[in-house]
Amino acid sequence: AQGGWAQVFQNLYDYYLAETPQRTKLLDVFLLFLTLAGALQFLYCILAGNYPFNAFLSGFCGTVGQFVLTISLRIQTTEANKADFPKVSPERAFADYVVCSLILHFFCVNFIN
Amino acid sequence: MAVAQQNALLGPPSQSSRTLLRVVILLFIAGAAIASRLFSVIRFESIIHEFDPWFNFRATKYLVANGFYKFWDWFDDRTWHPLGRVTGGTLYPGLMVTSGVIYHILQALTIPIDIRNICVLLAPAFSGLTAFAAYLLTNEMTTSPSAGLLAAAFMGIAPGYISRSVAGSYDNEAIAIFLLVFTFYLWIKALKLGSMLWGALCALFYGYMVASWGGYAFITCILPLHAFVLICMGRYSTRLYVSYTTWYALGTLASMQIPFVGFLPVKTSEHMPALGIFGFLQLVGLIDYVRSAISGRQFQAFLVTVLVATFGIGLAGLVALTSLGYIAPWGGRFYSLWDTGYAKVHIPIIASVSEHQPTAWPAFFFDLNILIWLLPAGVWLLYKELRDEHVFVITYALCGSYFAGVMVRLMLTLTPIVCVAAAIAASKLLDTYLVNSPSQPATSTSEAGEKKAFKSTDKTESPLGVSSMVSKLTIVGAMVVYLLMFVSHCTWVTSNAYSSPSVVLASRMPDGSQHIIDDYREAYQWLRQNTKEDAKIMSWWDYGYQIGGMADRPTLVDNNTWNNTHIATVGKAMSSREEVSYPIMRQHEVDYVLIVFGGLLGYSGDDINKFLWMVRIAEGIWPEEVKERDFFTARGEYRVDDGATDTMKNSLMYKMSYHNYQSMFPPGKAADRVRGVQLPSEGPVLNTIEEAYTTENWIIRIYKVKDLDNVGRDHFSAAAFDRGQKKKAAKKRGPRVLRVD
Repeated sequence: AQGGWAQVFQNLYDYYLAETPQRTKLLDVFLLFLTLAGALQFLYCILAGNYPFNAFLSGFCGTVGQFVLTISLRIQTTEANKADFPKVSPERAFADYVVCSLILHFFCVNFIN
Repeated sequence: MAVAQQNALLGPPSQSSRTLLRVVILLFIAGAAIASRLFSVIRFESIIHEFDPWFNFRATKYLVANGFYKFWDWFDDRTWHPLGRVTGGTLYPGLMVTSGVIYHILQALTIPIDIRNICVLLAPAFSGLTAFAAYLLTNEMTTSPSAGLLAAAFMGIAPGYISRSVAGSYDNEAIAIFLLVFTFYLWIKALKLGSMLWGALCALFYGYMVASWGGYAFITCILPLHAFVLICMGRYSTRLYVSYTTWYALGTLASMQIPFVGFLPVKTSEHMPALGIFGFLQLVGLIDYVRSAISGRQFQAFLVTVLVATFGIGLAGLVALTSLGYIAPWGGRFYSLWDTGYAKVHIPIIASVSEHQPTAWPAFFFDLNILIWLLPAGVWLLYKELRDEHVFVITYALCGSYFAGVMVRLMLTLTPIVCVAAAIAASKLLDTYLVNSPSQPATSTSEAGEKKAFKSTDKTESPLGVSSMVSKLTIVGAMVVYLLMFVSHCTWVTSNAYSSPSVVLASRMPDGSQHIIDDYREAYQWLRQNTKEDAKIMSWWDYGYQIGGMADRPTLVDNNTWNNTHIATVGKAMSSREEVSYPIMRQHEVDYVLIVFGGLLGYSGDDINKFLWMVRIAEGIWPEEVKERDFFTARGEYRVDDGATDTMKNSLMYKMSYHNYQSMFPPGKAADRVRGVQLPSEGPVLNTIEEAYTTENWIIRIYKVKDLDNVGRDHFSAAAFDRGQKKKAAKKRGPRVLRVD
């Protein structure tokens, strides 16, 4: 099964490089960064304890929230998903994204004290 | 359009006249919703009812007087006497802030309305909005133009909702039901459009809901359940991902801003379904992406491995975290919904509240009338069509029915969905028999862009059957009769059952005129005017909020039952002998004891009838000192007459209730009208407390706790001396006591 799995990932990687537009790749880099930031915070929380728990939560929820919002933007701007969102143009998706991110940041900043 | 205007009276109405009609109908519904809630204000006066609203009212007054920041940090030292209550961190501030905002807006518009009137009329005002929200929600479910309006009409006057939102019922539910329905509307909208903005709006209103009512847990469990059912039905879509994750990410952060909720969304079991589905959706999203990327066979292996691994790890992690104590298990109130016998055995204070009892069948018919039998029909009709949003209604209806069956109080959360489903069923019926007629000309030009109503469909091709005039008239006539009966039932129920302020008791004189018994306010007013500012009042917890609100005096316990031990202390003081109770009352600096006694008037909700709960709650903490068994006779009867047990006769509650009561009657004729028994001719004697005030109808009796004796005697010998009884000779023969320095 070892070779099979390698094959699966190879296929995935090829598909990704071939089918993904430049803009979406940019989003993916941001997603990667968010994942790293979240993982780092989580690691620090495990190593150093969670004493100001609200600070940890707001930081971590901030990355997670931004992550899912970016994924949502990515979904809505992907050509293949056009049929799913008849009422959402890419521009509208981006405006929604901005509004949601602002709300998210407001809550995070408020919660971190 | 010219054609449409020409045919305005003959043909189907044009778009604009329909809109006008809709607005007018909705306004009428709002008017009806508000008007039917005003019975108590018109009959009695504009006051706050019940018990809980008195605290909300007091908090609102504090907010209006001191501003928002002081309210947020409010430490209330006038409740739970020695302890106090961190009010800002232990309440849902939504209700108070809402009425505070309304107050300030009206002030800015130079309409100076007293805050009390805003509080009294808040629930009727919001019921109009709830009807509108039900209209919007139902319109998302069906294309029928009449369903939304019917749902709004049902929601406006259904007694199940009116019971918690009459004028003067200034409780959290007053705005929470509006927020509940509106949040669900936004959720459906977000799910249908797959829009982040609607998801964010849903999260914001969810946050508002969290700030308003503890019942928000219902939303956090219903939305994930809906998402989960959709996934299990193979209806996962990117729209579901977008709407759910947006709602969860923003909504969870929003809910954590409320101090009373704090870290609960990540720490308690009630919130774990939402988190679990959030994680599950990420997984499903990933799988969905991978499926488009690789071939079928590879995908199979991928899917199985990933699914099994993640689900196993997730479940194991949840169980481990719960058992290790990182995630709190179900709270007692919530848990008793699943294990219905739990509260009665373990938490008597939850079981002692009357609205936490299971619902009887008549209650459903009483509160919902025709809606309750339209509910299954509506659910069935939705099931036949079964779009994503219909799954929501079905899930909600099933869960809501279960919870409403377990607890009377949760009828409230069932009512919105009953209104929606019943409106769908009723409108389907009316549409079939009223609208789809073959004689209707298919004037498609003027209504091309409109909804499907008034179009003839294939169903109506045969002139007989459903579309014959006779069947139409019969069915529609019957339906109209039912709807009219519904309206009159709702009005009757509202007028007779749900519009009585529990603060004043109304009774009828033999000639039909009304007689108001206003003992509560008489007593509270006496306390307010004749006791010193910080006199502590001990009473059973039911009256805590009212004493705080109306008498403005510190209390020991109140309706916010956060400290069971403290309540048990009061219960012990009430149910013990004076020798035991007096030190307890001294230790807690009690100045007055207030009890409710309905024996003279036949008012059954008095403290003797609640006495067993006091005993049980006290017994839970001091099983050695207070025993429920001792209050029953040898044959297991709970009696207050001659046959009462000694423990009963010597308990402080018994003595306070019947103190001097015999003097009201001719000798030997004293009777208790609630228990319907003849009382012993000798009344109880109080030594450590003295009667301070008794209201006109003896409903409220207030006793003053005596100070320590001036010359150091105990109260029993002092009282005996005052009565002129000789000191017991036995005392003299006792051993000499040397002075100990």
